Amino acid sequence: MTSRYQRKVVDALFKMAPVWAVLGALTIGAILVRAAGLDPLKVYASLVNGAFGSRSALGITLQKTVPLLFAGLGMAVAFRCDLVNLGGEGQIYIGALAAGAIALAFPFLPAPVMLTVCLVAAFVGGGIWGAIPGFLRARYSKSEIITTILMNFIGFGFVSFLLHGPLQESRGYYPQSELIPPAARLPIIWQAANVHLGIILALLAAAGVYVLLWRTAIGYEIRAVGSNPKAAAHVGIPVVRSIVVAMLVSGGLMGLAGLAEVFGVQYRISDFFSPGYGFDAIAVSLLGYTHPIGVTLAALFFGALRTGFNSVERTQGVPRAMAQTVQGITVLLLVISVILPRLRGRLRRKENASV
Amino acid sequence: MLDFFVPAFFAATVRLATPLLLASLGCLFSERSGVVNIGVEGMMLSGAFAGVVGAYYTGNPWVGVLVGLAVGALLGLIHAFASVTVRGNQIVSGVAINLISLGLTTYLLRLFWGLQEKPRVAGFAVWRIPVLGDIPFIGEVLFQHIPLVYIAFLLVPLAHFIVFRTPWGLSLRAVGEHPRAADTLGIGVYRTRYLCVMISGALAGLGGAFLSVGQLQTFVENMSAGRGFIALAALIFGKWMPARTMLACLLFGGAQAAMVRIPALNYNISPQLLSMLPYLVTLLAFVGLVGRTTPPAAIATPYAKE
Repeated sequence: MTSRYQRKVVDALFKMAPVWAVLGALTIGAILVRAAGLDPLKVYASLVNGAFGSRSALGITLQKTVPLLFAGLGMAVAFRCDLVNLGGEGQIYIGALAAGAIALAFPFLPAPVMLTVCLVAAFVGGGIWGAIPGFLRARYSKSEIITTILMNFIGFGFVSFLLHGPLQESRGYYPQSELIPPAARLPIIWQAANVHLGIILALLAAAGVYVLLWRTAIGYEIRAVGSNPKAAAHVGIPVVRSIVVAMLVSGGLMGLAGLAEVFGVQYRISDFFSPGYGFDAIAVSLLGYTHPIGVTLAALFFGALRTGFNSVERTQGVPRAMAQTVQGITVLLLVISVILPRLRGRLRRKENASV
Repeated sequence: MLDFFVPAFFAATVRLATPLLLASLGCLFSERSGVVNIGVEGMMLSGAFAGVVGAYYTGNPWVGVLVGLAVGALLGLIHAFASVTVRGNQIVSGVAINLISLGLTTYLLRLFWGLQEKPRVAGFAVWRIPVLGDIPFIGEVLFQHIPLVYIAFLLVPLAHFIVFRTPWGLSLRAVGEHPRAADTLGIGVYRTRYLCVMISGALAGLGGAFLSVGQLQTFVENMSAGRGFIALAALIFGKWMPARTMLACLLFGGAQAAMVRIPALNYNISPQLLSMLPYLVTLLAFVGLVGRTTPPAAIATPYAKE
């Protein structure tokens, strides 16, 4: 009996890949911190404190969770269709630009109308920026990996051009737009922690992605194309349409991530307003097993990590680039973790042989 | 228009094509053996940083370049482990290497040199090739460069020879097209792929060191700026053939040279719009590429031994 119980525990341990990946990455992070001559325990304690230690700290963590959640969901939709959307950054900028331009052009719109229009604009803007590579992939077999990356630079360059020209603030000092009108800003829903409506919208988006992928025909088609495009085409699923829709939704959610950052936190579009959320999305979505619930937890984790390291940089002098490093190591360990079931199988064969 | 196409423009084209060429020739090896290397961007960036560290502490740019090459190969080893031994997702492994490289180089830059100071390192002297360097126009375009430029372009015929004229080249192509058959013939699929991915990493690291030690003589955060991705596009554009890939690199290098050249001629174009140019040219060339591009059959597919 004990041996069966033991086996179950071992089985469970082998299935906890995300936990091991995170712990492994934090351990390697600790080694890097130690190499810099600092005490890892102190750094991590101050990291937790910086991310959750006070209401305002928690507020900043949630603020960072919102764009990560939108972007992670976007990445998950692409992954479910076996697409790699490396164009998140470009889609974030174009989405924020579309919404921001409308908010600045029509400042007289009443708040509910304004917000609705801006949400649609951000989704459509980012969505188009994602759908173009999607179409090129689906129709002409052009690798979306290459095209999405190149479109990052083009989207970012275009926004930067506008911020140095037509969209620049009237003072003309910095490459940034005017402040967006108050009616367009995401309302604060928890005053003490400065948390804005974006967190509710992002959670609704998570529910929406769940419904789309698992409760609608088009979502079923997206997943079918993702698991086996040839078989999907064989049973009459419109492969081209599924890929384009997946990239449209993926890019659209990225656009909403851009909106959350601009309309919820910074209140203006500026050069470099996104600190790389489009690439963080890969880590968020993979750690969350490309499922909305997992992605939500992963977004909170990486949001806290980012906030925590920002605070650690101020208090302990550890460069905040550590957050990105830990994120990258987490992704690498997740890739490597696919070896776990195989190791388990080997272990089990050995056990069986010895019985 | 005439004063645009001066020798200096073409010389800059050759110079700017060099890091792209090094990276894409490396990827030619790994992709021909069946492993995609999206991590080439991060390997370039890490190579650039390691190159500066090596050159800074020894005062010798050659040592810097070798350190950059070695660090690139080391990242290649990690990518090979994840893609070949573990049989994990090659794209995601590459993305992870890019994230780690960006984070770690920025982290270490701050640790080594703080926020203000910039690491200055000694660069290479220009090697003016005797006789050839004196030819008008052509001499300035082709034969007045730092040694790494010549090395990169000499690698083109060398890579062609290795891949298409040697027994090892044949087996590496077999591994990329039909690993099962290659395995049956006694070719070490894993060993070949490991070696090819490490070559890819080493050349990417060399390309990165060219950027930092060879050109700027310092390291700047995220200085590879997407060149690894452009190199991947060049490889596809070149249909996995060394000479064609070189032409693609020259095209994309030319777009970068134009970006520098246009403002110098006082054309009134926004620098932000100009900064899009190399990527736009690459995208249009990539999308407009006529004819079928057939990648190696086993690309991005892990191979499980029986």
